[in-house]
Amino acid sequence: MNVLTINLTDYTYEIERRDDLAEWLGGTGIAVQLMKENVKKDCDPLSPENVIVFAVGPFTLAYPYASKTVAMFKSPLTENLGESHAGGRSAAAIASAGYRAIVIKGKSEKPIYLVIDNEKVEFKDARSLVGIRSSIILGRIIAENEGGRGRRSIMRIGFGGQRLVRFACVTTETYRHFGRLGLGAVFGSKNLLGLVVKGIKTFKPVDPMSYRKTYEEILRMAIESDAMKKYYLLGTPVNVLPLSELKALPVKNLTETELDVEDISGESLAEHSLGRRIACSHCPTACIHIAALREEYERERYFYKTLMISYDYELIYALGSMIGVNKREDLLKLIHKVETYGLDAISTGVCLAWATEAYKRGLITENETLIPLEFGNAENYLKAIDHIVYQPNDFYKSLAQGAEKASEIYGGKEFAMCFGKNEMPGYNTGYASYIGLIIGLRHSHLDNAGYSIDQKFKRLEPEELVDALVKEEWWRQVLSSLVVCFFARGIYTKDLVLKALKPLGIEMSEEDLEELGRKIYFEKLKLKKMMGFDINKVRIPERVFEVETPHGKLSKDYFERALNYYKENYYKKV
Amino acid sequence: MKLLRIADIEKCVGCSICMYACSRKNTRDPRIGYGRSAILAVSLSGFERGSAVIFCHACKEPPCAQVCPTNALKPRKKGGVIYSEKHCIGCKNCIEACRINAIFEREDGKISVCIHCGYCADFCPHGVLEVVEI
Repeated sequence: MNVLTINLTDYTYEIERRDDLAEWLGGTGIAVQLMKENVKKDCDPLSPENVIVFAVGPFTLAYPYASKTVAMFKSPLTENLGESHAGGRSAAAIASAGYRAIVIKGKSEKPIYLVIDNEKVEFKDARSLVGIRSSIILGRIIAENEGGRGRRSIMRIGFGGQRLVRFACVTTETYRHFGRLGLGAVFGSKNLLGLVVKGIKTFKPVDPMSYRKTYEEILRMAIESDAMKKYYLLGTPVNVLPLSELKALPVKNLTETELDVEDISGESLAEHSLGRRIACSHCPTACIHIAALREEYERERYFYKTLMISYDYELIYALGSMIGVNKREDLLKLIHKVETYGLDAISTGVCLAWATEAYKRGLITENETLIPLEFGNAENYLKAIDHIVYQPNDFYKSLAQGAEKASEIYGGKEFAMCFGKNEMPGYNTGYASYIGLIIGLRHSHLDNAGYSIDQKFKRLEPEELVDALVKEEWWRQVLSSLVVCFFARGIYTKDLVLKALKPLGIEMSEEDLEELGRKIYFEKLKLKKMMGFDINKVRIPERVFEVETPHGKLSKDYFERALNYYKENYYKKV
Repeated sequence: MKLLRIADIEKCVGCSICMYACSRKNTRDPRIGYGRSAILAVSLSGFERGSAVIFCHACKEPPCAQVCPTNALKPRKKGGVIYSEKHCIGCKNCIEACRINAIFEREDGKISVCIHCGYCADFCPHGVLEVVEI
């Protein structure tokens, strides 16, 4: 497998054959190894010493749903290991250019964007692109400058990344994101505005006959089975109403669990706003739901603009219920704002929610917030998002570093809804969700899907629950090393993975696969600890114990038992 | 004789599954990827404006065949071309000549052009493509 290493400091690059990494498959597995080799563990995440790794896997290009790229870096939000996955055409483009991974080091003296075209890397002057506020416009400009239409990926940051907001994301193909944990700020700190990858390489399967047969079987399952239904119809927003009924949808910074969310439900968005669906490369499901928002010009009648806005469950939670916004148009405007700035939507919403409660309680005043913040007031939130990006005063400078940081300065830690310094996703489902966020190596609901364990409503002892979460995270290390979209986890069972590896020339047993997941997990945990992570310092916001969940009020004892068990049996192993 | 054509372009979600199918279609030498594809899924100046596929629409008087110096591309009876890979010298004249940009460069320097076999249409999940007899 080939690894491309680009040094932005001296504008050089090299391609290395790294067959020694084959045992780690790809994606997360090799990204951990490449991070270990390249990053100075105690570096400032926004310094030239930080590195960015993009990695794809053996299933990329080969099978449906293998659409994701894994990005790894030191997170400016949590200040330890950052990992983020995105789809679009990123993975297909990286693999078609001939690489299993790309490592980006150093810092360019002047703003640039990179073009990786098969074996060639160009460092393109981007000085005239600095200050472009919308990631959509920046993407369009780069698209018009560069060839390779349809066989390329254009990753870029928005103004949020340029302004080093520590939860800025990298956007690809307009609507897909390397979200969470601040990759956009790392790009910004390196003076790297964008990354274009294109290529036309193809690869031969070891066994052509069985490759074609297995491919067709997977695609048929994808289209015919129920495994993808949830994403196929309403998309992830199908969860809004059921979770709200269960009291699992956080409302107003989790001070409540009840809000009329009818208008911002998946059903309502589909009925009134859904304008188009699009897909990542190699995905028959096309889960990307895009709303059309028609708005009349402010001062001219019968002039309309139509914005196309991508929505998902997490955005409806973070920029909707969590800040008390329950009108569809308000929600869509907020999503659009966050999209154009290239900010992580979950972190933005949770930061606004914390700020609103802190303002309400008098910890901060209009001197800090500049506008009165009020749950449900979308107009003011739109302005507050501008402030997070422009950072006109010390308050917004700290809020741009996340809710954890801001609450350290202004107080209100007990209701700053972060775990491991990462703002929480929208699942007030019970123990597994929260414990999963604490122990998950990305502090993300996607690490171990605790929300799903909670919704099975089986009473688990804390030890059983931790085992279930970690076991799921082990398996997900395999999926994210192949790399397949987690939404297709129902299709990619162990049996199918083994079967699909064979025509590619990779023979493994079920035990090998399980062992690999375990090994990657511990390698990642070790790296995270070396980068400064300490589980004993992870704070649990008091709010978690105050609010009703579908499992009733949560007990501190349960958390303590679970975390002690985790530390003894997993955390201390490396 | 078969003809691949658009059933409804507005239904395209840009998944590129047709491209992967086209690269895979050769039973003896199926390729992993889309670099052999004779069909291209594109966004329309960004996905906010939707997506579409581009491929040879079997024009009656194909300029690509006219400019081919080695007769690697020959007009097909009812429109479109027949491509003989072994005669192709990779001059790319055909790519220049096609006004709808439906001929694609391959990694080995040769070209991909739709031969209207219809293999990709079997895999399109959303009914964008269809095969008809002409």
